[in-house]
Parts: sequence; C-alpha cells; structure tokens
Amino acid sequence: MLEQIKPIKVGIIPCNGEEICEGTLTRFASRKVLDKLRPDSTVTICLPLFIAGEKGERNFARTFPTITVDGCDKRCSQISTERLSGRPRFSIVVSDLLKEHGIAPPESRRTLASKDQAAVDCVANEIAIRVDDILKNG
Amino acid sequence: MSRKVVVLPCSGIGKAYGEIGRQAVYELAEDLRPEEVTTTCLARLVIDDPEAKALVHENIVITIDGCTQDCARKSVESTGKKVNSSMRVIEAFKQNRGIKPEGILQLGEPGFKLVHDLAQRLSEEVDSVLGKEK
Repeated sequence: MLEQIKPIKVGIIPCNGEEICEGTLTRFASRKVLDKLRPDSTVTICLPLFIAGEKGERNFARTFPTITVDGCDKRCSQISTERLSGRPRFSIVVSDLLKEHGIAPPESRRTLASKDQAAVDCVANEIAIRVDDILKNG
Repeated sequence: MSRKVVVLPCSGIGKAYGEIGRQAVYELAEDLRPEEVTTTCLARLVIDDPEAKALVHENIVITIDGCTQDCARKSVESTGKKVNSSMRVIEAFKQNRGIKPEGILQLGEPGFKLVHDLAQRLSEEVDSVLGKEK
C-alpha cells in the first residue's frame, strides 16, 4: 500500500512590503515562526528571487509546500508565487486577519511599538497553525 | 514638476543586510530627504503593478541590495527601466569594519550605526543623480 509522503519543511514567503506598515508585520511575524515557533520545519525565500534568481529559486514552491503572507489585498506574494514558482498551499492577508481579530495595524512601517506585539503574535500564530496543518496532512 | 528619486531596498529577510538597507531607505525618505525621495514595495514590481511600474518609469531610481543577487536592481530592470544608480549594503561595512548588527530584524545600536552611514551615502547618491538631471 502506498503511503503519502508528508513534507518535512514548509516554505514561508512574506511580501515584505517596504511601503506599508502591514509589510513590516509580514517580516516580523515570518521571522518569529522561522526563529522561534517552528524553527526546524520552516524555510523562507526573498520574494524577488523569483525574478532575480536561478531555476533553483523559482522551483521553491515546487520543492516546498508554501504559505504566502501578504500585507495587503494586492496579494503580491500570492500572485508572484503562483505565476513564477507554484501554487501556495495557504495564503494569508495580514490586513484581513487583523480586522478579523480586531487588532489595529502598526502606525509606523519603520519601527514596531510594544503594542504591535499583539499583531505580530496574531500573524505568527496563524502561520504556525497553517504550518502544522501542512505537516500533519501533507 | 521635478522628478522624484525612488529609492528601492531589496526584500531581504534571511540576513541583517536586508533590514539595514530598508532602515536606511526609511531614514532617507522620512528624515533626510522627504521632499525628494520616495519608495514603494519591491513586490509590486514583481507582479507588474501598473502604479508601481509608472512610479519607477517616470522618476529617477536608486536601488540598494543586500546581497549579490541584486534583487532590487533586477526587479526594476525586469520592467524595462534601467536604474540610475545601484548600491549594495556591504558598502556601509567598508568604513565600519568590526561592527555587527545584533539580529536580523532587531539591528540594535551597532546595526543602526551602519544604517545611518548608509543613509548618508544614499543621500549623497541622491545629490549625484539629481545633479545629472540638471
């Protein structure tokens, strides 16, 4: 009987949106997952490497099941990943997620205030839940 | 109306270089040259966003990259626009050997010394590209 092979690593692809506060959140939340919440089961890639990189980078979403993390509803990470690498398993939009949880976005794109930790934790926990789902269900 | 200088940092998240470049651009655009400098999300160029494409096509562009992959420069050039100037974050380290940022996103005091240095260099580069416009 064939047994489904479960993935060992999940790829996290934040948009990193440099222009907006929610873009800053995608970075901090993704790094929290990579460094603290799921360090042994997650990897990341810089989104523009889909254009600037080689075939190996463009194969990222075919090599790893991926979760895209976008700051706004332009969904740059989701769209780029779909077009240039492969269909993401889950797509998170930070602005929508914060609204659902009634959390205000940061006021600065440059530095996060201590009150913004709730937003970082909210997004990071959502990513971690999706990572666990992929690792459990393949 | 005179053209703006669009300064685009890379989206690096794997090492501190990306964050140093981003913070230097924020310092440049918000503190040092707010009248002349603006920025946008690099990822908008990756999806061919019309507004972001028009911004870089109609203005002067400087890119600042964290590594030799040069994602910021290549992302601009993938839209058919040649950048007016491109820099790398490593240039800030040349005058500050031995200084290391504390973390990837939490740069700490040493990291921000590199940020301030890079922001000054970017400001000089803004003068240079604006001078060529005249």
